[in-house]
Amino acid sequence: MAAADFSRLIAAAANTIAAHAEELTALDQAIGDGDHGLNMKRGFEAVRAEADVFSAKPLPEALKAVGTKLVMTVGGASGPLFGTFFMALGKDLPTAPDRDRLTAAFGKAIEAVAARGKSQPGQKTMLDVLQPVYEALAQGKTAGEIADAADKAAEATVPMKALRGRASFLGERSIGHMDAGARSTALLVRAVAEAIEGN
Amino acid sequence: MSNVGIVIVSHSPLVAEGTADMVRQMVGDEVPLAWCGGNGHGGLGTSVEAIMGAIDKAWSEAGVAILVDLGGAETNSEMAVEMIGEPRSHKIVVCNAPIVEGAVMAATESSGGASLKEVVATAHELSPS
Repeated sequence: MAAADFSRLIAAAANTIAAHAEELTALDQAIGDGDHGLNMKRGFEAVRAEADVFSAKPLPEALKAVGTKLVMTVGGASGPLFGTFFMALGKDLPTAPDRDRLTAAFGKAIEAVAARGKSQPGQKTMLDVLQPVYEALAQGKTAGEIADAADKAAEATVPMKALRGRASFLGERSIGHMDAGARSTALLVRAVAEAIEGN
Repeated sequence: MSNVGIVIVSHSPLVAEGTADMVRQMVGDEVPLAWCGGNGHGGLGTSVEAIMGAIDKAWSEAGVAILVDLGGAETNSEMAVEMIGEPRSHKIVVCNAPIVEGAVMAATESSGGASLKEVVATAHELSPS
Protein backbone atom coordinates (compact mmCIF):
# COMPACT_ATOMS: atom_id res chain seq x y z
CA MET A 1 0.00 0.00 0.00
CA ALA A 2 1.35 3.42 -0.93
CA ALA A 3 2.08 5.83 1.92
CA ALA A 4 -0.53 8.28 0.63
CA ASP A 5 -3.19 5.55 0.74
CA PHE A 6 -2.40 4.61 4.34
CA SER A 7 -2.49 8.29 5.32
CA ARG A 8 -5.91 8.54 3.71
CA LEU A 9 -7.19 5.57 5.74
CA ILE A 10 -5.90 7.15 8.95
CA ALA A 11 -7.59 10.44 8.09
CA ALA A 12 -10.87 8.68 7.27
CA ALA A 13 -10.78 6.77 10.58
CA ALA A 14 -9.90 9.85 12.65
CA ASN A 15 -12.55 11.93 10.86
CA THR A 16 -15.39 9.53 11.53
CA ILE A 17 -14.44 9.10 15.21
CA ALA A 18 -14.20 12.89 15.65
CA ALA A 19 -17.54 13.43 13.89
CA HIS A 20 -19.30 10.85 16.09
CA ALA A 21 -17.46 11.41 19.39
CA GLU A 22 -20.52 12.87 21.12
CA GLU A 23 -22.76 10.07 19.93
CA LEU A 24 -20.25 7.46 21.17
CA THR A 25 -20.04 9.17 24.53
CA ALA A 26 -23.84 9.26 24.79
CA LEU A 27 -24.04 5.51 24.03
CA ASP A 28 -21.37 4.83 26.64
CA GLN A 29 -23.10 7.03 29.21
CA ALA A 30 -26.19 4.83 28.92
CA ILE A 31 -24.48 1.58 29.89
CA GLY A 32 -20.78 2.27 30.49
CA ASP A 33 -18.71 4.98 32.10
CA GLY A 34 -19.30 7.64 29.46
CA ASP A 35 -15.77 8.22 28.22
CA HIS A 36 -15.69 6.20 25.01
CA GLY A 37 -16.14 9.06 22.54
CA LEU A 38 -13.54 11.28 24.14
CA ASN A 39 -11.08 8.42 24.60
CA MET A 40 -11.37 7.21 21.01
CA LYS A 41 -11.09 10.75 19.68
CA ARG A 42 -7.93 11.37 21.70
CA GLY A 43 -6.39 8.13 20.41
CA PHE A 44 -7.22 8.62 16.75
CA GLU A 45 -6.10 12.27 16.82
CA ALA A 46 -2.77 11.03 18.24
CA VAL A 47 -2.56 8.56 15.34
CA ARG A 48 -3.47 11.31 12.86
CA ALA A 49 -0.70 13.53 14.28
CA GLU A 50 1.86 10.88 13.31
CA ALA A 51 0.19 9.74 10.09
CA ASP A 52 3.20 10.70 7.97
CA VAL A 53 5.60 8.70 10.13
CA PHE A 54 3.34 5.65 10.22
CA SER A 55 2.55 5.78 6.51
CA ALA A 56 6.24 5.71 5.60
CA LYS A 57 6.55 2.24 7.16
CA PRO A 58 5.72 -1.06 5.43
CA LEU A 59 2.05 -1.98 6.01
CA PRO A 60 2.61 -4.53 8.83
CA GLU A 61 4.83 -2.13 10.79
CA ALA A 62 2.47 0.77 10.11
CA LEU A 63 -0.48 -1.17 11.56
CA LYS A 64 1.55 -2.22 14.60
CA ALA A 65 2.56 1.42 15.18
CA VAL A 66 -1.09 2.50 14.97
CA GLY A 67 -2.04 -0.20 17.49
CA THR A 68 0.70 0.75 19.92
CA LYS A 69 -0.26 4.42 19.70
CA LEU A 70 -3.91 3.56 20.44
CA VAL A 71 -2.91 1.42 23.44
CA MET A 72 -0.94 4.32 24.87
CA THR A 73 -3.39 7.13 24.17
CA VAL A 74 -7.01 5.89 24.17
CA GLY A 75 -7.10 4.99 27.86
CA GLY A 76 -9.82 2.85 29.35
CA ALA A 77 -10.20 -0.73 28.26
CA SER A 78 -10.84 0.35 24.66
CA GLY A 79 -7.17 1.28 24.17
CA PRO A 80 -5.81 -2.24 24.61
CA LEU A 81 -8.77 -3.77 22.73
CA PHE A 82 -8.59 -1.58 19.61
CA GLY A 83 -4.80 -1.43 19.90
CA THR A 84 -4.53 -5.21 20.05
CA PHE A 85 -6.68 -5.47 16.92
CA PHE A 86 -4.32 -3.32 14.83
CA MET A 87 -1.17 -4.83 16.34
CA ALA A 88 -2.38 -8.36 15.62
CA LEU A 89 -3.57 -7.40 12.12
CA GLY A 90 -0.11 -6.01 11.35
CA LYS A 91 1.57 -9.10 12.71
CA ASP A 92 -0.21 -11.41 10.29
CA LEU A 93 -0.28 -9.29 7.12
CA PRO A 94 2.33 -9.35 4.36
CA THR A 95 3.50 -6.02 2.92
CA ALA A 96 1.10 -6.28 -0.02
CA PRO A 97 -1.80 -8.51 1.04
CA ASP A 98 -4.43 -9.93 -1.30
CA ARG A 99 -8.02 -10.49 -0.16
CA ASP A 100 -7.31 -13.95 1.23
CA ARG A 101 -4.36 -12.82 3.31
CA LEU A 102 -6.31 -9.83 4.60
CA THR A 103 -9.22 -12.08 5.58
CA ALA A 104 -6.91 -14.53 7.36
CA ALA A 105 -5.11 -11.75 9.25
CA PHE A 106 -8.46 -10.15 10.16
CA GLY A 107 -9.52 -13.48 11.66
CA LYS A 108 -6.32 -13.68 13.71
CA ALA A 109 -6.83 -10.10 14.90
CA ILE A 110 -10.34 -10.98 16.10
CA GLU A 111 -8.93 -13.92 18.06
CA ALA A 112 -6.39 -11.58 19.67
CA VAL A 113 -9.13 -9.11 20.69
CA ALA A 114 -11.24 -11.96 22.09
CA ALA A 115 -8.27 -13.19 24.13
CA ARG A 116 -7.43 -9.69 25.38
CA GLY A 117 -11.02 -9.05 26.49
CA LYS A 118 -11.66 -12.66 27.56
CA SER A 119 -14.78 -12.37 25.47
CA GLN A 120 -16.53 -13.91 22.49
CA PRO A 121 -19.23 -12.84 20.02
CA GLY A 122 -22.72 -12.59 21.51
CA GLN A 123 -21.67 -10.67 24.62
CA LYS A 124 -22.51 -7.16 23.35
CA THR A 125 -19.02 -6.00 22.43
CA MET A 126 -16.96 -4.89 19.42
CA LEU A 127 -16.56 -8.59 18.58
CA ASP A 128 -20.21 -8.63 17.54
CA VAL A 129 -19.27 -6.30 14.66
CA LEU A 130 -15.83 -7.71 13.89
CA GLN A 131 -17.11 -11.27 13.41
CA PRO A 132 -19.78 -10.45 10.74
CA VAL A 133 -17.23 -8.18 9.01
CA TYR A 134 -14.82 -11.11 8.89
CA GLU A 135 -17.54 -13.31 7.42
CA ALA A 136 -18.39 -10.68 4.81
CA LEU A 137 -14.70 -10.42 3.92
CA ALA A 138 -14.46 -14.19 3.59
CA GLN A 139 -17.57 -14.28 1.36
CA GLY A 140 -16.01 -11.81 -1.06
CA LYS A 141 -18.52 -9.02 -0.38
CA THR A 142 -17.90 -5.51 -1.72
CA ALA A 143 -16.66 -2.69 0.49
CA GLY A 144 -20.16 -1.18 0.58
CA GLU A 145 -21.72 -4.50 1.57
CA ILE A 146 -19.13 -4.97 4.30
CA ALA A 147 -19.85 -1.49 5.71
CA ASP A 148 -23.59 -2.26 5.67
CA ALA A 149 -22.98 -5.57 7.44
CA ALA A 150 -21.02 -3.71 10.14
CA ASP A 151 -23.83 -1.19 10.70
CA LYS A 152 -26.39 -3.96 10.89
CA ALA A 153 -24.24 -5.87 13.35
CA ALA A 154 -23.86 -2.82 15.59
CA GLU A 155 -27.67 -2.38 15.54
CA ALA A 156 -28.01 -6.02 16.52
CA THR A 157 -26.20 -5.34 19.82
CA VAL A 158 -29.20 -3.24 21.00
CA PRO A 159 -31.30 -6.16 22.29
CA MET A 160 -28.28 -8.05 23.63
CA LYS A 161 -27.47 -8.36 27.31
CA ALA A 162 -23.93 -7.24 28.13
CA LEU A 163 -21.75 -9.99 29.55
CA ARG A 164 -18.36 -8.25 29.47
CA GLY A 165 -17.01 -4.87 30.51
CA ARG A 166 -18.59 -2.18 32.63
CA ALA A 167 -21.97 -2.63 30.95
CA SER A 168 -22.19 -6.18 32.32
CA PHE A 169 -22.69 -4.76 35.84
CA LEU A 170 -26.05 -3.51 34.62
CA GLY A 171 -27.22 -6.99 33.60
CA GLU A 172 -30.73 -6.82 32.15
CA ARG A 173 -30.62 -3.01 32.13
CA SER A 174 -27.98 -3.11 29.39
CA ILE A 175 -30.67 -4.41 27.03
CA GLY A 176 -32.10 -1.73 24.71
CA HIS A 177 -28.87 0.22 24.20
CA MET A 178 -26.33 -0.14 21.41
CA ASP A 179 -22.84 -1.09 22.56
CA ALA A 180 -20.52 1.89 22.15
CA GLY A 181 -17.55 -0.26 21.11
CA ALA A 182 -19.67 -2.03 18.50
CA ARG A 183 -20.76 1.35 17.13
CA SER A 184 -17.23 2.75 16.93
CA THR A 185 -16.05 -0.45 15.24
CA ALA A 186 -18.82 -0.13 12.63
CA LEU A 187 -17.89 3.53 12.06
CA LEU A 188 -14.25 2.58 11.49
CA VAL A 189 -15.17 -0.27 9.15
CA ARG A 190 -17.35 2.04 7.02
CA ALA A 191 -14.73 4.80 6.93
CA VAL A 192 -11.96 2.44 5.85
CA ALA A 193 -14.19 0.55 3.40
CA GLU A 194 -15.32 3.77 1.72
CA ALA A 195 -11.75 5.12 1.61
CA ILE A 196 -10.53 1.92 -0.06
CA GLU A 197 -13.52 1.85 -2.45
CA GLY A 198 -12.73 5.44 -3.47
CA ASN A 199 -9.32 4.35 -4.78
CA MET B 1 15.49 -5.51 46.71
CA SER B 2 14.74 -9.23 46.87
CA ASN B 3 11.13 -9.04 48.10
CA VAL B 4 8.32 -9.34 45.55
CA GLY B 5 7.11 -5.93 44.39
CA ILE B 6 3.45 -4.89 44.66
CA VAL B 7 1.68 -2.67 42.12
CA ILE B 8 -1.79 -1.26 42.80
CA VAL B 9 -3.90 -0.25 39.76
CA SER B 10 -7.25 1.44 40.33
CA HIS B 11 -9.52 3.52 38.11
CA SER B 12 -9.32 6.14 40.87
CA PRO B 13 -5.99 7.66 41.96
CA LEU B 14 -7.52 8.18 45.40
CA VAL B 15 -8.36 4.49 45.78
CA ALA B 16 -4.90 3.47 44.52
CA GLU B 17 -3.07 5.86 46.82
CA GLY B 18 -5.25 5.00 49.81
CA THR B 19 -4.67 1.29 49.26
CA ALA B 20 -0.92 1.95 49.05
CA ASP B 21 -1.10 3.87 52.34
CA MET B 22 -2.71 0.85 54.02
CA VAL B 23 -0.03 -1.45 52.61
CA ARG B 24 2.75 0.83 53.85
CA GLN B 25 1.24 0.89 57.31
CA MET B 26 1.22 -2.91 57.36
CA VAL B 27 4.65 -3.67 55.91
CA GLY B 28 6.66 -0.44 56.09
CA ASP B 29 9.36 -0.07 53.45
CA GLU B 30 10.28 -3.76 53.24
CA VAL B 31 8.35 -4.25 50.02
CA PRO B 32 8.81 -2.39 46.73
CA LEU B 33 5.45 -0.69 46.18
CA ALA B 34 3.95 1.51 43.48
CA TRP B 35 0.46 2.62 42.55
CA CYS B 36 -1.29 4.30 39.67
CA GLY B 37 -4.84 5.40 39.00
CA GLY B 38 -6.75 7.58 36.59
CA ASN B 39 -6.67 7.73 32.80
CA GLY B 40 -3.74 10.15 32.63
CA HIS B 41 -6.03 12.96 31.50
CA GLY B 42 -7.60 13.86 34.81
CA GLY B 43 -10.47 11.38 34.63
CA LEU B 44 -11.22 7.99 36.12
CA GLY B 45 -9.63 5.08 34.29
CA THR B 46 -6.35 3.29 33.87
CA SER B 47 -3.41 3.96 31.58
CA VAL B 48 -1.09 1.33 30.12
CA GLU B 49 1.78 3.81 30.18
CA ALA B 50 1.23 4.60 33.87
CA ILE B 51 0.98 0.90 34.73
CA MET B 52 4.28 0.22 32.93
CA GLY B 53 5.83 3.05 34.94
CA ALA B 54 4.51 1.64 38.22
CA ILE B 55 5.88 -1.82 37.38
CA ASP B 56 9.30 -0.25 36.76
CA LYS B 57 9.11 1.59 40.05
CA ALA B 58 8.17 -1.51 42.07
CA TRP B 59 10.45 -3.80 40.07
CA SER B 60 12.13 -6.61 41.95
CA GLU B 61 14.15 -9.54 40.64
CA ALA B 62 11.79 -11.67 42.75
CA GLY B 63 8.91 -10.46 40.57
CA VAL B 64 5.93 -8.14 40.78
CA ALA B 65 2.32 -8.86 41.76
CA ILE B 66 -0.32 -6.46 40.39
CA LEU B 67 -3.63 -5.85 42.18
CA VAL B 68 -6.44 -4.31 40.13
CA ASP B 69 -10.00 -3.11 40.68
CA LEU B 70 -12.45 -3.29 37.74
CA GLY B 71 -12.18 -5.09 34.38
CA GLY B 72 -10.44 -2.32 32.44
CA ALA B 73 -7.66 -2.20 35.02
CA GLU B 74 -7.09 -5.91 34.43
CA THR B 75 -7.12 -5.58 30.63
CA ASN B 76 -4.74 -2.63 30.74
CA SER B 77 -2.43 -4.37 33.22
CA GLU B 78 -2.23 -7.45 31.01
CA MET B 79 -1.44 -5.21 28.05
CA ALA B 80 1.28 -3.44 30.05
CA VAL B 81 2.88 -6.78 30.98
CA GLU B 82 2.83 -7.84 27.34
CA MET B 83 4.41 -4.57 26.22
CA ILE B 84 7.16 -4.85 28.84
CA GLY B 85 7.90 -8.18 27.18
CA GLU B 86 10.26 -11.01 27.92
CA PRO B 87 12.14 -11.82 30.03
CA ARG B 88 10.61 -9.53 32.68
CA SER B 89 7.01 -10.39 31.73
CA HIS B 90 7.51 -13.91 33.13
CA LYS B 91 8.00 -12.41 36.58
CA ILE B 92 4.85 -10.25 36.60
CA VAL B 93 1.42 -11.57 37.60
CA VAL B 94 -1.95 -9.80 37.53
CA CYS B 95 -3.77 -11.16 40.60
CA ASN B 96 -7.40 -12.18 40.74
CA ALA B 97 -8.24 -10.71 44.13
CA PRO B 98 -10.07 -7.76 45.73
CA ILE B 99 -7.75 -4.77 45.39
CA VAL B 100 -7.47 -3.59 49.01
CA GLU B 101 -7.44 -6.95 50.78
CA GLY B 102 -5.34 -8.47 48.02
CA ALA B 103 -2.70 -5.75 48.17
CA VAL B 104 -2.41 -5.90 51.95
CA MET B 105 -2.24 -9.71 52.06
CA ALA B 106 0.16 -9.96 49.11
CA ALA B 107 2.46 -7.33 50.61
CA THR B 108 2.41 -9.03 54.00
CA GLU B 109 3.38 -12.31 52.36
CA SER B 110 6.09 -10.56 50.35
CA SER B 111 7.55 -8.84 53.40
CA GLY B 112 8.26 -12.29 54.86
CA GLY B 113 10.41 -13.10 51.83
CA ALA B 114 7.89 -15.34 50.04
CA SER B 115 8.26 -16.16 46.34
CA LEU B 116 6.08 -14.58 43.65
CA LYS B 117 4.10 -17.82 43.42
CA GLU B 118 3.37 -17.77 47.15
CA VAL B 119 2.47 -14.08 47.12
CA VAL B 120 0.03 -14.57 44.24
CA ALA B 121 -1.47 -17.68 45.86
CA THR B 122 -2.14 -15.71 49.06
CA ALA B 123 -3.94 -12.99 47.09
CA HIS B 124 -5.95 -15.55 45.11
CA GLU B 125 -7.20 -17.22 48.31
CA LEU B 126 -9.31 -14.10 48.85
CA SER B 127 -11.31 -14.70 45.66
CA PRO B 128 -14.17 -17.16 45.71
CA SER B 129 -13.42 -19.74 43.01
